[in-house]
Amino acid sequence: MFQEVGTTEMGDLIINVGPQHPSTHGVLHLVITLNGETVKKVEPHLGYIHRSIEKMCESLTYRQFIYVTSRMDYLSSHINNHACALIVEKGLQIEVPQRAQYIRVLLDELTRIASHQLWWGAMAMDVGAITPFFHAFREREVINDIMEQTCGARLTMNFMVPGGCMYDIHPDFVKSVKDFMAFFRSKLSEYDEMVTNNPIFQARMKDVGVISKENAISYGCSGPVARAAGVVCDVRKLSPYDVYSQVNFEEALETEGDCFARYKVRMKEMNESMRIIDQLIDNIPEGDFQAKTKAVLKLPKGDYYTNVETARGDFGVYIVSEGATTPYRIKFHSPGFCNLSALDHMTRGSKIGDLVAIMGSLDLVIPDIDR
Amino acid sequence: MLTTLTELTIVGILILTLFAVLGLVLVFMERKVSAYMQIRLGPNRVGYKGIAQTLADTIKLVVKEGLTPNGADKFLFNLAPFIVMFGAMLLMAPIPFARNSQIWDLNIGVLYITAVSSISVIGILMAGWSSNNKYSLLGAMRSGAQIVSYELSAGLAIISIVVLTGSLKISEIIASQETGWWIFRGHIPVLISFVIFIIAVTAETNRAPFDMAEAESELTAGFHTEYSGMRFALFFLAEYVNIFIVCAIGATLFLGGWMPFHIGNWAGFNHLMDFIPSSIWFFGKTFFLIFVIMWFRWTFPRLRIDQLLNLEWKYLLPIGMFNLLLMTIIAIMGWYF
Repeated sequence: MFQEVGTTEMGDLIINVGPQHPSTHGVLHLVITLNGETVKKVEPHLGYIHRSIEKMCESLTYRQFIYVTSRMDYLSSHINNHACALIVEKGLQIEVPQRAQYIRVLLDELTRIASHQLWWGAMAMDVGAITPFFHAFREREVINDIMEQTCGARLTMNFMVPGGCMYDIHPDFVKSVKDFMAFFRSKLSEYDEMVTNNPIFQARMKDVGVISKENAISYGCSGPVARAAGVVCDVRKLSPYDVYSQVNFEEALETEGDCFARYKVRMKEMNESMRIIDQLIDNIPEGDFQAKTKAVLKLPKGDYYTNVETARGDFGVYIVSEGATTPYRIKFHSPGFCNLSALDHMTRGSKIGDLVAIMGSLDLVIPDIDR
Repeated sequence: MLTTLTELTIVGILILTLFAVLGLVLVFMERKVSAYMQIRLGPNRVGYKGIAQTLADTIKLVVKEGLTPNGADKFLFNLAPFIVMFGAMLLMAPIPFARNSQIWDLNIGVLYITAVSSISVIGILMAGWSSNNKYSLLGAMRSGAQIVSYELSAGLAIISIVVLTGSLKISEIIASQETGWWIFRGHIPVLISFVIFIIAVTAETNRAPFDMAEAESELTAGFHTEYSGMRFALFFLAEYVNIFIVCAIGATLFLGGWMPFHIGNWAGFNHLMDFIPSSIWFFGKTFFLIFVIMWFRWTFPRLRIDQLLNLEWKYLLPIGMFNLLLMTIIAIMGWYF
């Protein structure tokens, strides 16, 4: 299956980019066919970080399997956990207290901002600007501190459990989040000054990696990649979960479908996330942070599906239950996998530099694709 | 004969020392500048405020094994870093570091600089080709296309000063700026040449936003991917010394070199300015330009190869040519100050 390093009969150069390469953001292996500087074909090879998470989940109970999912899309671990908690709640018809719903959505949105910040830094780095990466991490660090305060962890939170949250929020949570919002608002304009309005950056991003609305749908793209092509696909809007139905926010949409449109969608999403946090942070209701649940959870026989909107797109969980304490079969639908499948379509005919920019704009997290 | 040989040897050793010191200073400066732009501290452990950091790095690079990859053309692979280094060293000769301190004031100084500065591209192509690595090859081809293109613009920018001065000799170019630096006296065409010069030399030295030859996110490390140890250090050193040299040339041609800040015939003011040693003027101007080039690197994204060549052939070169024409008219009519 793996092509030999060499040239094709046409005299095109075949290069293995990755699994160890600075721009693949992990252990992704791309076999690219080059004609000079022009990319003719891109073939992703997966499996370097496959940990068979789905199979592992099948031998863990409904309380335990949530912890494994933090390791998939580690940049939106809260949201992964949220999806798993939701599906168990749906199966057992657990009523989640309002307070827990508020906390979950707040943490989800903070996670989304943190994930987009990291993407912003990495995106700028992919097109050659190194400094923004450090600026992005300065802001992300504050979110990580907030997470650490409340969840005790900075990356793999494991905070959401069936029926609510594991603990109550830290007494300082509201204050730290408000401080962060004020701090981040003052920095977002710097982001625009340094990167968005830079003519070189715009020249690198505009009309690069274009995908049409029809193709975005047929490749199954979701999240900012699809929304940049004009596909309405925000799960938070289409099938609201927890308190998303009560907050006001707009779905960030663009129509161009190029890298710059994806960039703009994510920048808008950060603003929308801040809007959601603003609406919720002052109104966290008093009450329980967790519903009373049985000690041993058993999903009734049948199959269940829930999807949520992670920072990368539509994340779905499918469980087939035989009525036991562990799922009979579990399947995750990860947004990164579908977005990666469109890479070849977007890249054909562009330059090597564009390939890197397109990969950056897809915001791939490889453990999410491989699982 | 023997005395000449001794003199040449001593001068050679001094130049080599200067070379090494410049490398150390510039690498340290780059790390500190980038650190302050990236809200971190930079090296601050080895020596006082980290000034011995580059020395420690050099020792590490010297004792490190220099690998030669399988299938590499060993002769060219080992030769390439020396050619790049050699090109940088040769360029040291006509640069005046202070009043009356120039190693070789040859009468075609400017021509010599433009000619010798294109030697390094041979070394880069050699390194890329002989490494037997596709990333290196791509980096070298990019570098070749880029340096050859941007040399034209740099050359045209330099010629506009030659037109004003009427001489190719470096010492005469500096002497002609006694009543004020060309950048202030030469109207808008000199300003345009100066901007074109800075853009072109940034590209010629393979610095961001034109670091296509290295482009770490695309080509891992470009033409020097396979180099390690001291041979890598030679490329590294040559890069920084090249930056120093192009900035020194820019300072000499446009900002008066060691010439203090003079205004026309204000004798008193000029004497006051002469009080500051000429070497301080020279290094001050050069390091200012170096800072500007470092500033580019740490704030700009990288251009794509086709955009890079478009910029040169569609914008810089036509503007440069028209500008040279304008400059010639101004010089003939004596419309400059």
